[in-house]
Amino acid sequence: MILIDTLSKSFGGIKAVNQASLTIKKGSITGLIGPNGAGKTTLFNVIAGVYPPSDGHVFLEDEEVTGLPPHELFKKGVMRTFQIAQEFSSLTVRENLMMVPANQSGERLLDTWFRPARISMEEKGLTQKANEVLDFLQLRELADELAGNLSGGQKKLLELGRTMMVEPKIVFLDEVGAGVNRTLLQTIGDSILRLNQEMGYTFCMIEHDMEFISKLCEPVIVMAEGSVLAQGSASEIKANNAVIEAYLGTGQKNRKL
Amino acid sequence: MIDFLNALTLLANYIIVPGLAYGSQLALGALGVTMVYAVLRFSNFAHGELMSFGAMCTILCTWALQSFGISLTILPTALLAIPAAALITVLYCIIINYFVYEHYREKKIDTNTYFIVSIGVLFFTAGLIRLVIGPKDQNFSDGVRFILKARDFKAMTGLNEGLAIKTTQGMTVVVTLILVAFVFWFLNRTRTGKSMRAYSDNEDLALLSGINPKKVILITWIITGILATVAGALYGLDKIYKPFTFMYLVLPVFASAILGGVGNPVGAVVGGYIIAFSELIFTFAYKKFLFYILPESFSPDGLVQLLSTDYKIAVSFLILVIVLLIKPTGIFSGKTI
Repeated sequence: MILIDTLSKSFGGIKAVNQASLTIKKGSITGLIGPNGAGKTTLFNVIAGVYPPSDGHVFLEDEEVTGLPPHELFKKGVMRTFQIAQEFSSLTVRENLMMVPANQSGERLLDTWFRPARISMEEKGLTQKANEVLDFLQLRELADELAGNLSGGQKKLLELGRTMMVEPKIVFLDEVGAGVNRTLLQTIGDSILRLNQEMGYTFCMIEHDMEFISKLCEPVIVMAEGSVLAQGSASEIKANNAVIEAYLGTGQKNRKL
Repeated sequence: MIDFLNALTLLANYIIVPGLAYGSQLALGALGVTMVYAVLRFSNFAHGELMSFGAMCTILCTWALQSFGISLTILPTALLAIPAAALITVLYCIIINYFVYEHYREKKIDTNTYFIVSIGVLFFTAGLIRLVIGPKDQNFSDGVRFILKARDFKAMTGLNEGLAIKTTQGMTVVVTLILVAFVFWFLNRTRTGKSMRAYSDNEDLALLSGINPKKVILITWIITGILATVAGALYGLDKIYKPFTFMYLVLPVFASAILGGVGNPVGAVVGGYIIAFSELIFTFAYKKFLFYILPESFSPDGLVQLLSTDYKIAVSFLILVIVLLIKPTGIFSGKTI
């Protein structure tokens, strides 16, 4: 699905991502873990087109998409959520969802004037779709609330909802479970599993909660210092010595830094 | 009772009517500044010159229409010329955006640099205007000058004080109402308007939702160009078109936008009227007004003017400073549209 080939990104002298190579298989929920500063979010940002990579390539289904701007990657089916949930705070929850699909007729100035019927039909379809998504995420009663007023966890759900408005090829989730209470985490986890199993979504998620990861992800990729350290099932990763070392450090290594 | 009515008429004639007209012009100007700020995140100091450019195009189009013998009889011919002038101004905005702002946007330059760039655009536009139409004043208002003449008003009511309403003043208010209503409808009801609001609210998320930034920026410039043309043309019609005044007009326009909360369109409109009325209230000579409402023994000798009209600009400056000290986000806490 996605092939990342010796991707590097440096900021000044710091190599945030250093020749990372990995593949994400279609239909998988790939977990991406690693200590803070391992370059996970930077890797996400480079794939999603926020920054161009310093070196290396990204392929989406054999098509090179390296360094494309975010809105074009979106059209190719790449979606992502943010570590700190983002929303259009001055639009309602439903409007937030309806914002997502690209190329709506209402976006073309001429159509706004000359084809109002077509726009209203499209809007009706979108409203229905948004309502279905809200039902799925159990957010229906908040549909007309301004998204800025939602709690942190609800915003995370809304982010997940945004990916459901279109049929994405792959969804990158950046710490979707961070700062979310247990019950809501359960809802988020269940939603991800259902989307994966019923609708065939491919996910790649950054996560710190090992329990959450073990339940959802297969395979798990471990990053450290900008490169891929290990890859395997959750239980394999837990038993991997190199991984434990990367997380806990070995005195020696800390002294060198 | 008669004295009281006289006093009211005096206020209406010197403060309320001109204030509404001037306030409308400022509101349109501030709305343009606010749109650019909300979407592109910089203070566009070239906006005053853009208004001047729009007014200049209106004048040229008016002359063209007049040379073909077309006129609106009662209303100023300029009203007919505004759409064509707006089109030219929009094109100018798009060209400037393409060659200047887009260049810097791609380099992801910070907003301070943007603001300096806009000052460069200001001087370029100012120079272009001097080249095309020259530095002299132009009067391009035609049609019937007054909706209501002071003399007729006096004859009608039998009061000492007259109330005059210029055609341009009436037109300014009506056109502003229509345009502001249109902008609000556009931002709140159309999908394109919502994309603009979304982009202004959260740029990163908008990009990742497939909103094309170039398109949003293009539409922002189209709206800004239209607003600037109408504001400039109405200001020129109401007073007289002087290429040099627009450099100073930027100040009250910015004061309006900041007072209302930069980036907030409602704020821009409200701010425009507040600034216009403050300028007039502070510089109005109350001598006659007090003469009407106070008993004779109290009537003042001086002009009872808080500030000379020369200090008009200082009023907006003062308000600007006070707002920035007390509530820098403005009345409506702007930032997004």
